[in-house]
Amino acid sequence: MSNEQNVNNKKSNKTVATTLRKFDTKVQYLKYKVLREVARHTYDDTLTQSFNDIAKTIVKDKATMRCCIYKERAIVSQRIEMASGGHKEKDNIVEVLDIACDECPIGGYEVTQACRGCLAHRCEDVCKRGAITFDENQKAHIDKSKCVECGMCAKVCPYNAISNTQRPCVKACKVKAISMDENNAAVVDESKCINCGACVYQCPWGALSDKSYIIEVVNLLKNYAGDTKTRLYAVVAPSISGQFSYADITLGQVVTGIKQLGFHSVVEAALGADMVAYNEAKELAEKGFLTSSCCPAFVDFVEKNFPELKDNISHNLSPMAEISKYIKENDPGAKVVFIGPCTAKKAEIRKDNIKPYVDSALTFEELQALFDAKGIELTELGESELNNASYYGRIFARCGGLAEAVQEALKEQGNEDFELHAVSCDGIEECRTALLKASKGIGNVNFIEGMACVGGCIGGAGCLTHGPKNKLEVDKYGKLAMEKTITDSIKNL
Amino acid sequence: MEIRVCIGSSCHLRGSYDIINLMKSGIEKNNLEDKVNLAAAFCLGKCGDGVSIKIDEQVISGVTAENFNEVFDTYVLSAV
Repeated sequence: MSNEQNVNNKKSNKTVATTLRKFDTKVQYLKYKVLREVARHTYDDTLTQSFNDIAKTIVKDKATMRCCIYKERAIVSQRIEMASGGHKEKDNIVEVLDIACDECPIGGYEVTQACRGCLAHRCEDVCKRGAITFDENQKAHIDKSKCVECGMCAKVCPYNAISNTQRPCVKACKVKAISMDENNAAVVDESKCINCGACVYQCPWGALSDKSYIIEVVNLLKNYAGDTKTRLYAVVAPSISGQFSYADITLGQVVTGIKQLGFHSVVEAALGADMVAYNEAKELAEKGFLTSSCCPAFVDFVEKNFPELKDNISHNLSPMAEISKYIKENDPGAKVVFIGPCTAKKAEIRKDNIKPYVDSALTFEELQALFDAKGIELTELGESELNNASYYGRIFARCGGLAEAVQEALKEQGNEDFELHAVSCDGIEECRTALLKASKGIGNVNFIEGMACVGGCIGGAGCLTHGPKNKLEVDKYGKLAMEKTITDSIKNL
Repeated sequence: MEIRVCIGSSCHLRGSYDIINLMKSGIEKNNLEDKVNLAAAFCLGKCGDGVSIKIDEQVISGVTAENFNEVFDTYVLSAV
């Protein structure tokens, strides 16, 4: 190979690496490409006639993902439908793309080839149901009519020969909203689903997806960019801090990019978080027991599973809604678009009490698609400032931040003698445990910080990347805030 | 009279909260509470030259704690 070719090869490898680094998985990348094309054609007013073209742009002349290009294109059309807002008659944000569902095996606990037919038979000994039998080679078998999937046999097998085959979507869904239909395709039970998006991120086939409001946002941008009467505001969640760092892009450049899309102003949702922390601390001191209300999936979870605790959910709006309300009170002509990591926010903004304040919502994935649809190259942009909130408002983005902020607000309000016994629930399973205890009056917890996603908002399904460094980024970003206390941040509002 | 002080990021970093405080005390000192409505704005389009304030339809930028009294006299006191 000549030197020149070598250089070229290196170059193209680098391009691939940069494209992929934006996302954790290729599923996200595929979804992004569809969103980008849908946004692009909406800008050009060519969406309705371009459905087939988009499918052909994304699935060229060779199948790379499924059995044939026709299936791939059929799935892309379902993705286009989701990118275009999904089924309007369904309120749920998360939907199943039935063609994309690979109908994964659902065997549960099964003995694998690794079983050596040993003498000990610990599996048999530990099985309370007598479900384990042995064949003539002394190899174990599980009688599925007796097995209750307790998993004890798998734990004791010295060869790890018993595996648990579960669908990734079912495993991801901690509220048990996913089951199978008669064709073995996944079905979402909307009466249980909290739209947290865990299945969307976990399904290896991308067969579950959140519906997108990207068309709505493009139309807002087309109608009102540069308008002096109807101004567009982007409210961005603090979890944005670690999201666009894939090519050393700074947050300041992202803010410039959002403005170039046509937003009049970019405002931190974290300022709303400061307001919430301040009011929530007061409410807590008054009522004595409270759960947070910031995470829409958590609120939905409480309402669906612990209705008796509904009145204990803080009466504050979420940070997104608080700041949007404030913006609209000060600028009645404003239109607000929330940009965050969250799929459940898309359901929250359609609630009757939130609807007046927030016009639409995007995820970071969708924001990336919008940048690329418009050809905005973030690395080439100058930096804009983003500074409205305090350290405490910003750390809402990670688990534990909210409780820390409420503690700080209690202190600032001179309520130091109120003893805060907070539990910060990292993920919906911890939320369930804390709520269960609270509903039975066990323990002395007086504040439940509920975060449906593991890690907090930085673990949200709409994030471009998920990883431990995101928490560090949020803390670093928090420390950059000019206002050091919550009171300083909101006293002049 | 409607006075809006920009609390967008750029102006915030340049001290818009100080200007709001000065504005509040200026209004109080001159007993203008009935005549002046003070509110916040997010971005008045002069990010490079903050703090910006908007008095009715006029945007005044480059307001600092140092020149505040002059601005207040010229645009508020003489106009109400």
